Amino acid sequence: MKGLYPGKAGEAREVMYVLEMNHVSKSFPGVKALDDVSLKVKPGTVHALMGENGAGKSTLMKCLFGLYSMDEGEISFNGQPVKITSVKEALSLGISMIHQELHLIPYRSVMENIWLGRYPRIGGPKSPVVDHKRMYEMTASLLKDLNLTTIQPTDLLRTLSVSKAQSVEIAKAVSYESKIIIMDEPSSSLTENEVEHLFTIIRSLKARGVAIIYISHKMEEILKISDEVTIMRDGKYVGTWPSSELTTAVIIKRMVGRDLTHRFPSAESNIGSELLRVEEYTSPNPRSFKDVSFTLHKGEILGIGGLVGAQRTEVMEAVFGLRLHSKGSLYVKGRQVHCNSAYEAKKLGMALLTEERRATGIFPVLSVQENLVIANITSYVNKSGLLNAAKMAEDTKKSIKDLDIKTPSARTLIKSLSGGNQQKVLFARWLLTTPEILILDEPTRGIDVGAKYEIYVIMRELAAQGKGVIMISSEMPELLGMTDRIVVMSEGRVAGIVDSKKTSQEEIMELATKYVG
Amino acid sequence: MDKAIFLVLLLLVVVIAIINPRILRLQVLRDILMMSSTKIIMALGMMFVILTGGVDLGGGRLVGMAAVVSASMLQTADYVRRFYPNMGQIPILLPILLAVFVGTLFGMMNGLIVAKFKVPAFIATLSSMLIIYGINSIYFNMAPNNSQPIGGLRSDFTFLGSGSIGFVPVIVIFAVIVSIIVWFVLNKTVFGKNVYAVGGNPEAAAVSGINITKTLVGLFGVCGFLISLSGVLEAARTGGATNNYGNGYELDAIASCVVGGVSTTGGVGTVSGVIAGVIIFSFINYGLTFIGVNPYWQNIIKGVIIVSAVSFDIRKYVQKK
Repeated sequence: MKGLYPGKAGEAREVMYVLEMNHVSKSFPGVKALDDVSLKVKPGTVHALMGENGAGKSTLMKCLFGLYSMDEGEISFNGQPVKITSVKEALSLGISMIHQELHLIPYRSVMENIWLGRYPRIGGPKSPVVDHKRMYEMTASLLKDLNLTTIQPTDLLRTLSVSKAQSVEIAKAVSYESKIIIMDEPSSSLTENEVEHLFTIIRSLKARGVAIIYISHKMEEILKISDEVTIMRDGKYVGTWPSSELTTAVIIKRMVGRDLTHRFPSAESNIGSELLRVEEYTSPNPRSFKDVSFTLHKGEILGIGGLVGAQRTEVMEAVFGLRLHSKGSLYVKGRQVHCNSAYEAKKLGMALLTEERRATGIFPVLSVQENLVIANITSYVNKSGLLNAAKMAEDTKKSIKDLDIKTPSARTLIKSLSGGNQQKVLFARWLLTTPEILILDEPTRGIDVGAKYEIYVIMRELAAQGKGVIMISSEMPELLGMTDRIVVMSEGRVAGIVDSKKTSQEEIMELATKYVG
Repeated sequence: MDKAIFLVLLLLVVVIAIINPRILRLQVLRDILMMSSTKIIMALGMMFVILTGGVDLGGGRLVGMAAVVSASMLQTADYVRRFYPNMGQIPILLPILLAVFVGTLFGMMNGLIVAKFKVPAFIATLSSMLIIYGINSIYFNMAPNNSQPIGGLRSDFTFLGSGSIGFVPVIVIFAVIVSIIVWFVLNKTVFGKNVYAVGGNPEAAAVSGINITKTLVGLFGVCGFLISLSGVLEAARTGGATNNYGNGYELDAIASCVVGGVSTTGGVGTVSGVIAGVIIFSFINYGLTFIGVNPYWQNIIKGVIIVSAVSFDIRKYVQKK
């Protein structure tokens, strides 16, 4: 299907692609997020963009939507080269994005959300007074066009379901006369019927010549709705195929098919008695985790795998007492315990290295020493009720030496260290509490290769000392290379527990999508 | 749940009325309404800032400045201690416009600092609170006034604050007109909708191409305008002014907004809610004195009201994870 668009000289001209992104590269400090990626989208089609977590899909779309600037590469839109440096430019070109986190104002009406920043006015575009009547009519006809008749222009956004709010976002995108609408995991919080409704809207958009870039992990959905599929892996372009030529198995193979070039410290696991047992942990939130059970043994490294949104972090935070659970029991060394706060978790010998190092890990403007001793601070209080400075300095010195933390001094502010060294400080922080169970949430995210290896060595040493380590990771090679067993989660449930030595990337991917869609 | 605090306060009103029914006499109610009028104008100004999740701590001091500036130029010719001994009879509008203009300027400065330098509103306005009080005190201390309370105001000026047309006090008419205009601006104009958008979800507003800086400067300017207008009327109502006028009024204005349902997290609030909040708050203020509650206890009661209003408010908007 080809679209008809005016060319440079004003004459009608056919373009093969409404969007071409060629040789796009983008680096962040320490990571090459996109490496020579291309994407070509035909008008009036649904183009699926697929890849594992961290494959670079979102980064590519943020470059297109003007949220990131590309280091290299070019974009042409309707056959003409364009530079997109802001969201406003993207919108005025005709590119819209439906984010996972909807960009809507909860206490305002549907029509005000749709025409935000572009309200029709009484008496010309310079007038200060909003034309409510026309805004209502424009909204009503827009909603009617899209067959969204259950939504009223005057409904408050907060009273709408997620599905309806998403429809409002789509209507907003249509109102910008978008030629391309990017949908990032649009079905992740929808029920089956709502997904069907979404597909109906998507089909009507296609019929209007709008191209949809559809990002999703749900294979069946992709095969059902998309015309073409582009697959990315590790920030690189793998290829583009018509959906009719693909099957779930083929997609998975192309998504994960990489060589295991990463290196891991080799070690013999010496697995001992049971340390931690989680039984049927269930969140009060029905969209979160459900009936999660697993065990952790002394000397074991247990991996937690799954796609983004599989609720892995949520489960672990619940085990650590940071989140509520409505059902389930917890056993430490065979004894049933209750853990409803991090304080209790610490007393039970647990430690949690959080996923967001900057947001929930480091205290950026405090020194390395202050960051190190904070979780263990009560143990430094001497008889007179004061902190024992000498003991703190001594422990800090020892930690810096043991974990080979590269810092000018113990008084250096932690924010000036590299990501890898910050992570080692956080490791050391928890080791000072002498935990027996360490929960590590994406411990090597955003860390360069060398520092990753050092983190792996520390994990191995801890296991060798008989501690139990749980590692949530989205990196397949890391899961396979570092762990003894892997709990694979899918949509908040345990899809399977596999032996790391015997499993394959394909098996894990299949389990990860078991309950998806 | 949404109206819980409102109902509790209405109950308090009823209790006061039962303890001393004389508070329900027309004359007393009219007094309360007059007292509320300047506060309504001020609270409506404050609402603009709270709608974006901030507060204006300098509001009370701005009341003082507007009161002193306008009063200093509107004294009767035969008054003994005149601020400007040789000043002739100037048009009444001139000093009023000057006072309101200065107030608007300070407001816009606050907005610019919040928008451009990303300084939290409460810090930006804390600074302007000190600056405004400082400038006002220097002005107030100028010879020959030397920090004497300003009195002997012209009757055409005091008429604005304490006069009435028939039974209707002029100041109440002011409050009604201001309320109608503010309602129109917030609900019918692009600027008003942008205020709610910037307060409700700044990211969405920015992505939709709304000029956040312009909106913030504008709304802080409106806040400064309304608060200084209330300062002028406060001078007219009480027939005098000192540099300490308005001290602490900003807290009453914030409390009235919160009691009236303006969310401190931004994006939610109505003119009618604020008006109801002010009147209920004034009634309780006046009523507690009326039934003979010790003034120290009044502070405690007010404190409890504010903290419960805000915790109810937070419960509404913050979801537990």
